[in-house]
Amino acid sequence: MSQSSFTERNLPVLFPLPAVIFIALLMVFPVLYTLFLSFTNWNLTSGMPAKIVGFDSYLRVLTEPRFLDAVARTFYFTVFAVIIEVVLGVTIALILNRAFVGKSIAKLLLLLPLVATPVAVGIVFNLFYDPTIGLANFVLSSLGLPQGHWISSDSTVIPSLILVDVWQWTPMITLIVLAGLASLSDEPVEAARVDGASEWQILRYVTIPMVMPVILTAMILRLIDALKTFDIIFAMTGGGPGYASETLNIMGFKYSFEYFRMGQSAVVLVALFLIVFMCSLAIMKARASAEN
Amino acid sequence: MRKILVTSVAVLSSLCISGGAMAQAKSGEIRVLLANHPYGELIKQSIPQFEKQSGIKVNVESLQESQLTQKLTTEFATKSSTVDVFMTRPLQEGKMFAKNGWYAPLTAYDFADYPKNIMGAASFGGKPYIVPLVTEWQVLYYRKDLLQQAGIKVPTNFTELEAAAQKLNSEAVAGIASRGKGAAAVTQLSSYVYNYGGQYLDKGTAVFDSKAAVDALRFYGKLLGTYGPKGVTSMSWENIMPLFQAGKVAMWTDASVFLGQIIDPSKTQVPVENFGIANFPAGPKTNAPFIVSSWGMSVAQQSKKKDLAMKFLDWATSKEMAIKGMVGNITMARSSVWSDEVVLSKINPGLIETRTFAAKNGTPVDRPYMSAVGEARDLIGELIIESINTKGTSANLEKMAKDKVNQVNGLLKDTGEYGK
Repeated sequence: MSQSSFTERNLPVLFPLPAVIFIALLMVFPVLYTLFLSFTNWNLTSGMPAKIVGFDSYLRVLTEPRFLDAVARTFYFTVFAVIIEVVLGVTIALILNRAFVGKSIAKLLLLLPLVATPVAVGIVFNLFYDPTIGLANFVLSSLGLPQGHWISSDSTVIPSLILVDVWQWTPMITLIVLAGLASLSDEPVEAARVDGASEWQILRYVTIPMVMPVILTAMILRLIDALKTFDIIFAMTGGGPGYASETLNIMGFKYSFEYFRMGQSAVVLVALFLIVFMCSLAIMKARASAEN
Repeated sequence: MRKILVTSVAVLSSLCISGGAMAQAKSGEIRVLLANHPYGELIKQSIPQFEKQSGIKVNVESLQESQLTQKLTTEFATKSSTVDVFMTRPLQEGKMFAKNGWYAPLTAYDFADYPKNIMGAASFGGKPYIVPLVTEWQVLYYRKDLLQQAGIKVPTNFTELEAAAQKLNSEAVAGIASRGKGAAAVTQLSSYVYNYGGQYLDKGTAVFDSKAAVDALRFYGKLLGTYGPKGVTSMSWENIMPLFQAGKVAMWTDASVFLGQIIDPSKTQVPVENFGIANFPAGPKTNAPFIVSSWGMSVAQQSKKKDLAMKFLDWATSKEMAIKGMVGNITMARSSVWSDEVVLSKINPGLIETRTFAAKNGTPVDRPYMSAVGEARDLIGELIIESINTKGTSANLEKMAKDKVNQVNGLLKDTGEYGK
C-alpha cells in the first residue's frame, strides 16, 4: 500500500520531476549564476578574489561606447539578416510548393547549407571574400565591376556577414513555411478562385494570411538565433576589423576569455539575455494577434 | 561444460590482469596540454618514446594558442584542473598566471643553458616558473627575384624599406605586407616602435603616445596603407602567408618562426630559392627588433603528480629534443644548440645570421608586458587600424594615442601593476 499509493498520490509531481530537475540544473542555474557574476568584480588579471560590488560593473559596461556600438551592431545584423531570410525563405517556399520536375532534388539541395558546420562555412567564405586571391573579387573583376573589400572594411563587414547568414539560414525558413503550406486546406484557395480572384490576390489575401502564424514562428526561431550569432562571426572576423563586427555575444566572449573580466562579461551577457527575451516576447505577442 | 568453465576462467583472469595493468598505469599517468605549434607537434610525435623510457602514461591534448589559454584559465580559475604540464606563452599570459599562483616554481631546474634576457620573462619575484622553449625575432622576408628585377638591394633601413616597397608595389603584387589586424599587429609593430626610439611601456607606465612611438605608428600605417595588400587591416600572419606564397607580396616583416612554413615546397607557388630572409631594417634611432621567448613549458601548481610532471618537463625541454626541433627549423631557446655541429649543417643559414644580430641588439619583449595584455593589445590595435586606414596621415592619431595610453594606464592600475 505504502509505496504504490505514495507514487499514485504524487503522480502529477513525479512525472515532470526529471524534466524540472534537468531544466533547473542546465538552464536556470547558469542564467542565475551569470546574473550573480554580473554583480561581482571578478577579474582574473588582477589576481584578487572576486568581491560583490553591486551595480558597479553595470555602470562601467553600460556607459562604454563600445557596448552601445555592440548593441547597435547586434540589431543591425539581426534585423537585416532576418528580414532578408524571411522574404527569401517564404518566396522560395511558395515556389517549391508548386509541383514541378526536380522538386525533390531542389529540396535536397536546399538542405545542404543547413547541415554545414558554421565554422567550416566561415572559413570557406573567408577564402571566398579574400580581397586579393578570393573568388568574390575575381568574379566581380571578370564582370568588369569594381572589387569589394568584403570583411576587411568597416563599412562592408556586417553586410558580408549577413550574406553568409542568409546563405546558411534561409533554407530553414523555407522548410518550416513549406511544412505550414502543406498543412493548409485547399478549400479557401479554391473558393477564392471560383470567385474570380487573381493568383496575386489569392496569394496576398488567402495563402499568406493563413500561413502567417507559421512564418512568425519561423521568424522567432531565426531571430533568437540571429541575435545570439557567434560561430560565423567569430570564425570569420573575430569581431574585426577593429571592433567593426563585434556583436554583444562576441564582446561577452572577448571580455571573458581575452580580457578575463568575468564580472563585466556577465553584464554583457545579461544584457544580451534581456534583449533576446524582450524581442521574443514582442514577436510572440504579434503571433498571438495574427492567429486571432 | 568444462570447456565453458575454462574459457570463462581464462576470460575473467585476463580481465583481472588488464584491470590490474590499468590500475598500475593510472598511478603513473599525467595530463599534458600542448599548443598547435611545430614544437608541440614534435613533442607529441615523440611521446611514445618517452612513455617507453619512463613508464609514465601521457594523456596529451593539443589546442590552438588562444584556446589553450582559455582552457587553462577556465580550469585553473575554477580549481577543477587535472592538468600537470602545459605549454605557455610567457609574455602573453605569464604575469596573469604567476599572479594567480598557477605555475609551480621550478627552483630545481638547471637554467644555465638559457640566455639571461629571456629568463627575465620566465621568472617572477626572482623565481623561475617557465622553461623557455622557442625564441623568435622579427625579420624581413623578401622575394629575391623581384628585388633583382627592380634593381634594388635588400633594404637595411626604413628609408630604403619604403623606397623598395614603393618600387615593388604594383596592381598584381603588394610592395610590402605586415600584420594589420589590430591586436595581432601589436607584436609586429613593436620593432618599428623600438627602431624609432619608442616603447609600449616604461617602468609600468604606458608611453606609446611619445613622439617616437606615434612616428612609428604613422610610418607603419603609411607603409601598409599605401603599399600593403588589400584588406590588410583584417590580416594576421595566417592571411599574409598564403599571399606571400602565391607571389602576391614582395616583402614581409614578421616573426622568424615562419621561415620553415614559407619555404615548404608543397605549399608555395613561388620557387623556394626566390625567398630571402634578412635582418629587420634599422629605424631613424636604432635597430633593436624584438627577440622573445614565444613559448615555454610549465608545471601546474595544483598538479598532484609533480614528480612525474617534472620528469616529463625535463624530457620535453632537454637538449636532445631541442636539437630535434632545430633540425626542423624550429628556433629553440637553449643557447648550446645554436653551436651544435649537426644543427649548423642542417638549419637555414639566414636564421643563424638574423638570430645572431637580434640576440646581440634586440629587445626582449614584443608587446605591452602586463597582466591585462589582451585588452591592451586591442587598444593599441585601434591605433594601428586608424593609422593604416589613413595611410599614416590621421590628424587624430596623437589624441587617440593619449586616450589609449590613459586606458592602458587604467588597466595597469586595476591590476596593481602601475608604475612597477
